[in-house]
Amino acid sequence: MKRFARLYAALDETTATNEKIAALVEYFVSAPPADAAWAVHFLIGRRPKRLVSSARLRMWAAEEAGVPAWLFEESYHAVGDLAETITLLLPPSDNSSERPLAYWVEGRLLGLQGEDEDAQREMMLESWRELGSRERFVWNKLITGSFRVGTSQQLVIRALGQMSGVPEGVLSHRLMGSWDPTPEFFQRLTAADTRDADISRPYPFFLAYPLETDPASLGNPAEWIAEWKWDGIRAQLIRRAGRTFLWSRGEELLAGRFPEVEDAGALLPDGTVIDGELLPWVNGAPLPFAQLQRRIGRKHVGPKILEDVPVALVGYDLLEESGSDIRSSSLRERRERLATLLQALPPERVILSTAVPISDWRAAADARLRARELGAEGLMLKRLGSEYGVGRRRGDWWKWKVDPLSVDAVLIYAQPGSGKRAGLYTDYTFGVWEGDHLVPFAKAYTGLTDEEIRKVDAYVRRHTLEKFGPVRTVEPELVFELAFEGIQRSSRHKSGIAVRFPRIARWRTDKKAEEADTIETVRGLLKTVNGEQ
Amino acid sequence: MKSLLTLTPHGLYCEAGDFFIDPWEPVDRAIITHAHADHATWGSRAYLTSSAGVGVLRARLEQGASIRGIEYGEQLELNGTTVSLHPAGHILGSAQVRIEHGGEIWVVSGDYKTDPDPTCTPFEPIRCHTFITESTFGLPIYRWPRETDVLEEINAWWRANVAAGKTSLLLGYALGKAQRLLAGLDPSIGPILTHGAVERMTAVYREAGIELPATQYAGAAGNQADATGAMVIAPPYADASIWARRFGDRSTGFASGWMMVRGARRQRSLDRGFPLSDHVDWPSLLAAIDATGAGEVWVTHGYTGTVVRWLQERGLDARAVQTRFEGELLEAGQLASGSAGPEVESAE
Repeated sequence: MKRFARLYAALDETTATNEKIAALVEYFVSAPPADAAWAVHFLIGRRPKRLVSSARLRMWAAEEAGVPAWLFEESYHAVGDLAETITLLLPPSDNSSERPLAYWVEGRLLGLQGEDEDAQREMMLESWRELGSRERFVWNKLITGSFRVGTSQQLVIRALGQMSGVPEGVLSHRLMGSWDPTPEFFQRLTAADTRDADISRPYPFFLAYPLETDPASLGNPAEWIAEWKWDGIRAQLIRRAGRTFLWSRGEELLAGRFPEVEDAGALLPDGTVIDGELLPWVNGAPLPFAQLQRRIGRKHVGPKILEDVPVALVGYDLLEESGSDIRSSSLRERRERLATLLQALPPERVILSTAVPISDWRAAADARLRARELGAEGLMLKRLGSEYGVGRRRGDWWKWKVDPLSVDAVLIYAQPGSGKRAGLYTDYTFGVWEGDHLVPFAKAYTGLTDEEIRKVDAYVRRHTLEKFGPVRTVEPELVFELAFEGIQRSSRHKSGIAVRFPRIARWRTDKKAEEADTIETVRGLLKTVNGEQ
Repeated sequence: MKSLLTLTPHGLYCEAGDFFIDPWEPVDRAIITHAHADHATWGSRAYLTSSAGVGVLRARLEQGASIRGIEYGEQLELNGTTVSLHPAGHILGSAQVRIEHGGEIWVVSGDYKTDPDPTCTPFEPIRCHTFITESTFGLPIYRWPRETDVLEEINAWWRANVAAGKTSLLLGYALGKAQRLLAGLDPSIGPILTHGAVERMTAVYREAGIELPATQYAGAAGNQADATGAMVIAPPYADASIWARRFGDRSTGFASGWMMVRGARRQRSLDRGFPLSDHVDWPSLLAAIDATGAGEVWVTHGYTGTVVRWLQERGLDARAVQTRFEGELLEAGQLASGSAGPEVESAE
């Protein structure tokens, strides 16, 4: 645990990529494979299972620290991270554990499973008492399942590549899908022999960069294909060895969630991998995203919901055919093969993504403007000669979203953020005018620069009208332009309206609160966007 | 009975003695606990402070301000009240103000700490009926590590930066924190450079007889001195300024009590945070309040609500008092509106 805590501190103490990689390499070289496997597991963001409820952790930590529950909560609001709050509150310790990370995870953390409350309490107290404060912090991070330390999967892969000499693409593929963090896994992960196979494993997704220039800069439109950019769940449908697997981009195996798609997948030949987007799909068109939300997270899919919100996979690409990885062939070729493959399938469940005709860039621009009417977010522009890469790269694949909708709204409530933004007022609620008062309209947490955040934070502190727990009501003076992607009626929101992906587009320092938009303006957007009467 | 001190729009006022303590607007007679800008405001007709604090206060106020110093413990009669100043351990010359009138004793602590600091006289607990305390770090998450451990960590960081060919940029308040840091640095590691605001205050400390290692003024922005391996001490707002860019490849640290919390360090994208504060942490705050024996406690700037509730639950008559004092500030945005020039030192 000591070694891992030291790695955590080293990663935490630097913002320089090279120093982070060096710390990772040093760890992977020196740690036993059992520890290294768990380290990879956590560092690439796989969450430890949460075995102790947050309420109990708070209670036991407060007891051990000798602070009342209310004071624990006040402390938590100042820190913004449960693991760290507990670490700061526990009585000081000079102990340290020589036992390896794998012991702490397998012997201690997983040992909490199935134990009753008293036993869990004993185990937690004992663990806290055995560890030093740095180790406690990492331990608490594991227990609370919120393990983030400013490393990305890419960084871990680079370190593993440096350490083992295995190409990064191979490492990235080996880290996809499901695996158990065992010493054998770590050895397989860093093994030089790259002919490994796992029938369920998806490929790393290739992602597009946002297009911020005139598409004319992309050259000859005849070398490009345009497709609608859908707002669904990006997924890979895999058919291998007589079995079907559906993976989300978040690397979640969606077994049983979308049976209609999996059933269609079962008709594909073995050795097929299709990249596409899961969308609620009726009569050749998508339903709003809110409908898909009714399906997400639902483990038992009954006939009613299947009928109300049938889901289809809109196929973008073919990555594997007859068991061969064809990612390096051209998109033109992959798409043709995908089309042929899908002809053999019954209609409506796995569909070829429509190619939007773009004779010239002007036509592309016009198509993009129509995207919202069709329920799309914009256009995807892909070079027909492009291979299917790894991660997000500039050059061959671009997403060209429609301009967001926007409204000028007034800051009315603020709440401290968590994690990196702990102790700063970064979570805001904005209102629009309804007559002479402001009705809460949207929450937005992103879009300001660090400097702007500090200024707004200072404003909040000096212009607080009331406090409700961590939430402050502020003098309604600051105006922000909020951008969002979609707008819908909602009975759950005070304003009667829900927006999708709201964020702060800019701070309108040039506007006074009374110049902000009204609820009537917002309702007008409903009409223009969704054609409502 | 009328309260000996009251809160007025100008600040804390003693009617019986007709004077203000750390007023935030100009008044006739001001007693100043210490020279930080949120406690020492310009424009009053007469100032009273500790003898040890006269130099730093003079450096902070307008030219020609009328400042009188009295020794710690010396008693002064003001309109029938007895006033004396006692060490607060916050920065050079910082004082608690003790006021006695009609058998009642009040103590205004200003900002204070009880941890060791070689650059100022240690805090002395004063028995009183009513104690007015700050609460900047009034949460149990704030428990300072030993000062010597933190300083050792700073020196180790400096050594590692020297080995890596980097400049160490260490941020801390120009008045107080910077000198405490200087006193704790190991000058055998390398040269120590200072920002203008730090150099100015350091000179005042030296004049007051505080021994500090040799420093070198880093000069104005644009001055391309080779500072590789040097330790540069600068106020927090200097971090993002053009001034700091000349130091090239550098590692930036911040010495502040706020650095106890990881998020506070990460918000500023600092390489290192060193939890060193000139304010009391939670246990020292409670111990200090206890040592006064006060039955009534007024809690100002900081986690007032939390401290008041804690004290009330322990049977004390505690109340929150809204002042304009700011305690230790974390953010550059709070410290100055925009990037202040080297000669401007903002509220501390």
